[in-house]
Amino acid sequence: MREKKTLGGRLNDSNLLLLITVVIFFVMYIGAVVIQGGGFTKPQMFFNILNANAALIITACGMSIVMISGGIDISVGGVVALVSMCCAVYLDYHDGSIFGSILIAIGIGLAYGLVQGFLVAYLDIQPFIVSLAGMFFARGMTTIVNTAPFNVADEEFTALKLTRINVPLMGTVNKKGIYVPAYVEIGVIVALIIVILLFVVLRWTRLGRSFYAVGGNSQSALMMGINVRRTKFISHLICSTLAGIGGYVYFLHVGSGAASHAMGMEMNAIASSIIGGTMLTGGVGNIIGTLFGVLSLSTIQNIVASAGLDDAWWTGITIAAMLCIFLIIQSVVMAQKRKAVRK
Amino acid sequence: MTNNIKKKDQSMLKKISSNQLFIPIIALLLLAVINLINDPSFFKITAGYNNAGNPVLSGYLITILDYGSELVILAIGMTLVTAASGGQDISVGATIAIAGSAMLRVLCGGNSRPDTIQAPIIVAFLVACVVGMLCGAFNGMLVAIFKIQPMIATLILFTAGRSIAAWINNNELPIVPDPKFSYFGSFIPGIPIPTTVFIAAICLIVIALVLKFTNLGLYTQAVGINEKSSRLNGINPTLIKFLAFVILGLCVAVAALIKVSRLSTINYSVIAKDIEMDAILAVALGGNALSGGKFNIWASVLGAYVIQFLTTTLYKFNVQSDALAAYKAVVVIILVVFSAPKVREYMANLRKSITRKKEIA
Repeated sequence: MREKKTLGGRLNDSNLLLLITVVIFFVMYIGAVVIQGGGFTKPQMFFNILNANAALIITACGMSIVMISGGIDISVGGVVALVSMCCAVYLDYHDGSIFGSILIAIGIGLAYGLVQGFLVAYLDIQPFIVSLAGMFFARGMTTIVNTAPFNVADEEFTALKLTRINVPLMGTVNKKGIYVPAYVEIGVIVALIIVILLFVVLRWTRLGRSFYAVGGNSQSALMMGINVRRTKFISHLICSTLAGIGGYVYFLHVGSGAASHAMGMEMNAIASSIIGGTMLTGGVGNIIGTLFGVLSLSTIQNIVASAGLDDAWWTGITIAAMLCIFLIIQSVVMAQKRKAVRK
Repeated sequence: MTNNIKKKDQSMLKKISSNQLFIPIIALLLLAVINLINDPSFFKITAGYNNAGNPVLSGYLITILDYGSELVILAIGMTLVTAASGGQDISVGATIAIAGSAMLRVLCGGNSRPDTIQAPIIVAFLVACVVGMLCGAFNGMLVAIFKIQPMIATLILFTAGRSIAAWINNNELPIVPDPKFSYFGSFIPGIPIPTTVFIAAICLIVIALVLKFTNLGLYTQAVGINEKSSRLNGINPTLIKFLAFVILGLCVAVAALIKVSRLSTINYSVIAKDIEMDAILAVALGGNALSGGKFNIWASVLGAYVIQFLTTTLYKFNVQSDALAAYKAVVVIILVVFSAPKVREYMANLRKSITRKKEIA
């Protein structure tokens, strides 16, 4: 049979959805620069979006991996809150060190991943129910650890929190003629390293490909000799560990512990993954897409905020509308492709 | 001979333990025993008078029946949605906020402190029903026509719902002046049983009649088990899924009536918070497969009461309302682990190997 070299033929599902997202992100950002101008013309605006959303990028990457392998994890927001509260208490009340607090963050993530992964992969319990209980547990534990929200005063930590890494060539000259360098926080570097690492893993390693295989069709993955249970287990392990790391980055950005931290972050992470082209049915997705998903989501939030629609409800409504549009695009694109395959 | 009886006994035991109602009933008994040991007065029901001078029954059991009502009503709709679409609606809490807000808007007519209600309560309730059904129809459209996964499709209203609710009333918190409106969430003068119990009972009777006299239940199961083959058998899966979401929308409107009536006002960010999780847990606890297919409404209803029982028990043990979730999560995990088919299989094998060893001995 002769392969048709059409646009649809060359692009697989993953790439097509990714392309849509990337194009929409650039159109939106350029549109904001042209129409609104102001803050959007400065590169720092973009870096601020990165700074504020580094934690979301990390957790959304973990979410994408779970979703690609056909599961879901809605406990990430709770884990982020739990990590920041535990670290804050450890640093302030127990005179802990930075290194210790990082260990706590990763430890909580790992523990979550081990338990949830075991329940999902080896006991065949629905991931939604497991992580729902996980979310409840994390939120409850956060209040049990400490009820009142508080800021961390630890000096070492504050120094780390305020560390800024200047980005060369991106600075702007302000009204007084002083050169202001553009900067990113440490969390952004961590997030970018994780994105690159996961991109490589998903694209070129055996483990990464088996995530796609298991999510696409676990039955045939089993036939191919992939250890389906272990793959699912590892996907949950990675997701929860990343939630732990994301929690620390979030903590580093806000510098406080509170039970209300990262409310609804799991939904933002799922939304970013979907906007980035990950299918909830599993088997389709891309880490770069997730990165752009987070960026699109936060860009639209920024546009809404700077357009003067300051009333709190507009953010919720616009994000929902955007999610709705992306979902329908996905659904229509997939339906078209299915039709094309059938012909 | 004795062997035969033993076998019969075992098959009986198996029959009972494989019944869908087994897990929720065991959980209910367990909770009851814990409370009995801790404090026997838990089960005492006293007759007294409330602030308005009306005769009322009070006691923890009444509290459970009272506050479990919303959950029961939601569990009905959630079971249908779960069975038909194989997914869950996570927007019910937010939709309750929307329906409740619309109800208040009609009752107070855009004025946040009216002296009298601007429209009859029944009109406000009907408007809330329409709003709830519209939200359900929106979710249903995304799920049934655009074939988006239910959890993700409802994520849209989950994110936007409370914002829309605030927008309907311009972010104001209207207070309903008519005391009649508060009857729905508390007591009708002269009747000592909470009104919510009656509302829940009416909903249960209606759904029982619907399931008995229409093919809705059968069709829903067929669609949930295999969409393609049900289509080949002349059922319209799109319509059935859509219908399930609209029915859930109606249930949401009724729950919103109770929720708003309890306070005579609304708090957009707090009203019915996390109720979607409780409703899904009720369905799961009732032993209904969350991936769709066969369902048992009564098991879900029992599951809802079990969850309310658990909540009340935890409050009894002086657990902070914020920390409640952690304890609930532990209980849920234990329940889910023990009802997992994999674990059950393992336990059955263990039991078999023990009896076999005895026989050999």
